[in-house]
Amino acid sequence: MKNIISDPLNVINVGLAKFADPFVAHSVPVISCQWQPPAGGVAETAWQLAQITNNPIVEAANEIAFSRYLEANPILTGVGTAVDSIPGMGSKQILHSGPPVAWRDMCGPQQGAIIGAILFEGWSSTAEDAQKLAKNGDIELTPAQHLNAVGPMAGIISPSMPVWIVKNEMLGNLTYCNFNEGLGKVLRFGAYSDDVLNRLRWMADVLAPVLQEAVEIMGGLELKPLMASALHMGDEVHNRNAAATSLFFRKLAPAALQGSADKAQISEALSFIAGNDHFFLNLSMAACKSMLDAASGVENSSMVTVMARNGVQFGIRISAFPDRWFVTEAPLVEGLFFPGYTGADAAPDLGDSAITETAGVGGFAMAASPAIVQFVGGDVAQAVENSRKMQRITLGRNSAFTLPMLDFAGTAAGIDIRKVVDTGILPIINTGIAHKDAGVGQIGAGLTAAPLECFTQALRALYYNLNT
Amino acid sequence: METRTKIYQNIYQDSVALMRISATISDMPGIEQASGLMGTTTNLDLLLESGLLDARPNTKPSDLLFVIKGKPEALDDAFTAAEIALAPKESSESSGGVKRLAPTSLLGALEEAPMANLALISTPGEFAAAEAMKALRAGLNVLLFSDNISVEQEIILKKYAAEKSLLFMGPDCGTAIISGVPLAFANVVRQGNIGIIGASGTGIQQVSSLIDQLGSGVSHAIGTGGHDLSKEVGGLTMLAGIHALANDPQTKVITLISKPPAKEVADKVLAAASKTGKPIVVNFLGADASQIKGPHITAASTLEEAAHRAVALDKGEAADFTSAGPDDLGINERSKIIARTIKSPQRYLRGLYTGGTFCYEAQLLLQNHLSDICSNGPVGNAQKMTSPFRSEGHTVIDLGDDVFTRGKPHPMIDPTPRNERILQEANDPETAVILLDVVLGYGSHDDPAGELAKTIGAARTSLKGSGPAYIASICGTVNDPQNLADQKAKLEAEGVTLCASNAEAVILALQVVKRSQQ
Repeated sequence: MKNIISDPLNVINVGLAKFADPFVAHSVPVISCQWQPPAGGVAETAWQLAQITNNPIVEAANEIAFSRYLEANPILTGVGTAVDSIPGMGSKQILHSGPPVAWRDMCGPQQGAIIGAILFEGWSSTAEDAQKLAKNGDIELTPAQHLNAVGPMAGIISPSMPVWIVKNEMLGNLTYCNFNEGLGKVLRFGAYSDDVLNRLRWMADVLAPVLQEAVEIMGGLELKPLMASALHMGDEVHNRNAAATSLFFRKLAPAALQGSADKAQISEALSFIAGNDHFFLNLSMAACKSMLDAASGVENSSMVTVMARNGVQFGIRISAFPDRWFVTEAPLVEGLFFPGYTGADAAPDLGDSAITETAGVGGFAMAASPAIVQFVGGDVAQAVENSRKMQRITLGRNSAFTLPMLDFAGTAAGIDIRKVVDTGILPIINTGIAHKDAGVGQIGAGLTAAPLECFTQALRALYYNLNT
Repeated sequence: METRTKIYQNIYQDSVALMRISATISDMPGIEQASGLMGTTTNLDLLLESGLLDARPNTKPSDLLFVIKGKPEALDDAFTAAEIALAPKESSESSGGVKRLAPTSLLGALEEAPMANLALISTPGEFAAAEAMKALRAGLNVLLFSDNISVEQEIILKKYAAEKSLLFMGPDCGTAIISGVPLAFANVVRQGNIGIIGASGTGIQQVSSLIDQLGSGVSHAIGTGGHDLSKEVGGLTMLAGIHALANDPQTKVITLISKPPAKEVADKVLAAASKTGKPIVVNFLGADASQIKGPHITAASTLEEAAHRAVALDKGEAADFTSAGPDDLGINERSKIIARTIKSPQRYLRGLYTGGTFCYEAQLLLQNHLSDICSNGPVGNAQKMTSPFRSEGHTVIDLGDDVFTRGKPHPMIDPTPRNERILQEANDPETAVILLDVVLGYGSHDDPAGELAKTIGAARTSLKGSGPAYIASICGTVNDPQNLADQKAKLEAEGVTLCASNAEAVILALQVVKRSQQ
């Protein structure tokens, strides 16, 4: 018990800076905080927040959720076709990124990608027909996250597409992600030209079998050590996957070469991977999803388990409410644009890839990848500062992912909605920027932050759950 | 418009860095577009597609290519800027990041100072209850300076604190002294044996300062906030304070200060105080002294009396000091001298207070002697002023009232509003005496007596040496940052009559005014 009558004073000064003077004059330890109104300045939410801070029920729940996240050991166990691999996936269903959204409300890239998926599946032969099909509601459109899957940008997974299968060895939970197509005109940015569809077919027919066999020959692949090494090599495994892709390639190539496929096909497959710095991103995402799914569903836990965007809305989920979304308008991304494009061409924040930040990498590991901070004109010190700042809104650190720049401290991990609402520090997300029109592709990259509104909504829900 | 291309061999820059540099160059005056890229086939395609280039330059992938489009005269500068940006840089001092971030929240501060045991909270009122609750839930004792907290929240906070055996001072607690350390608006008082628990900030300041001046000292002074002794709150903080001081071996005498509490609360508080077995001095300002009784309990009718009686008990002497009344010989001698400077039509008393409790005490002391007192915060038989900005007859004003401080600093911090009011009252031909308080200590203005002296000097000059008499008491100690002795000297030099306490100043002013009416 802290007693100021019997023990020497030791003070935290919150508010008027002048009130620290007498403590300094009397050699009493005092720390002043640069206080800012919590809860975005909504006093009622601030009061609710106060009543659920240091709440034994929430703390105990978070301990469980956070340790499940830390202990998770995601292993790449295979490659399969979506409809056969993802439990609950229907034969006329398309998965998309972010929170639920109706066809008519979807952003351009997501609509384009769905048209592409319909053409790829052969459900229509023209884009016009595909659009009609989607409009009429003949295709079931579902957030990938509802089926333990994730996808970058438009995040489209249709029944015949190949997916990575990742298993958390600790709890046995399975997660899925589609394959990375590379940059330029690709489905995830809403392109559905013949090149795009042909590439998708090749990925399903050639790439997937080669990879499937290689993974089998490898006997599975632990993903966390690979990600950890990549963090020491300049990646933050969201926007930068150059090192991780190389490390993955090194593991994969010898196994692939032992495969039974035609040598030319193996060569094509390996060349494809070697030519795409982002190839590992989708594995990074599936691994992150795996760790976070492990933490999901602990009653009264305030830990964030999903942050995802669909180009219209930004949504989060917390461990306490595994089936609820807390959504608000998706923010625009602050960033730099490729020649010929400006902010006016950009779609709002899009994709499930913020699952990496949710798992303590990506923007949270910015100190590992200082180049990323230059997207907004920052410097190395700022990258370090951003990684440090994230420590203020998380339950702890993940010592599996260490940051050389911070003396090998673990990355900040396990976002606590209470800390976000209290400090107003928003989770940083590194992300690509999609053109708002379908099929143009990536037009830049930059930084964005998860909107506070999602966190205050989740906080109110948790408050009511604890107090009713 | 001209488009110029330059190729730099064997310079590698990350594409991200190049995008950043390009963006900077594009923003330069006269430049329409700038693009820096490594010379790969894909990048060259991009430049052609964007229309920035119309022919494929002959580059290797290891070449760095800068294409800038703009007014011809602007291009040289743009390329110079690009080349400076491309040159290798010294690593900045903070790379590796030793820079420390200041905490932005109470809990963030606690992470940096886990040994902290008290949170002093002075945020805007609407958020203050939440900050206080977070502090309590983190196991911290709290001084809540902020006001405008709802009674419901006050009760929730105080009950939670009681449950966790934490001390919760406030809300609206302006003053406390813990082990000799002044908190918020408080004086530097010698450490000693007298514990104080008070619902009023200036009340605690007056009593603790007088204790220091009388040669004793204070163990701890605990502020409860103004609503603590209401029926709803039930004196939760005062009871916790009594409990804490009962167990504190340093505290030999306990002094309680409040406006008269609700009857059942007073009973509870007095019973708890009695039970400590320590001598208790009680000043419930304006309460019927016969109601304040019990084993070990000594009643005091003024703040001055409370201080004197506590000191006597501390020294093992008889606690029989009584504040001077209108019949006091010394007061009458002094009033006679002052009254000689007063001429008709000067006949009214004007009290201009910065301390709310002093204003309250003044009205209590005057009520049986002057029949027509006005105040913006009337007590007893006083009338509410028609306008707080215009005095009528005998008037006693609390300048710390919301009506004067909305959007402005308190007059203890910024003496300007009271100084303006002094000039206004001095120029009123009916003003006989201006009665003042001067509050020293942390939180208060750096030199309140100096500012006051300047104003009084200016008033006298403009009235060619005539004008009202000035009577003041200074609440403070020689160890305060402003120094009591220096502050006294400044006022005496302007001919201000100084009294040892507010109670004495009020009675002296009363007698001067009475003489002026004879």
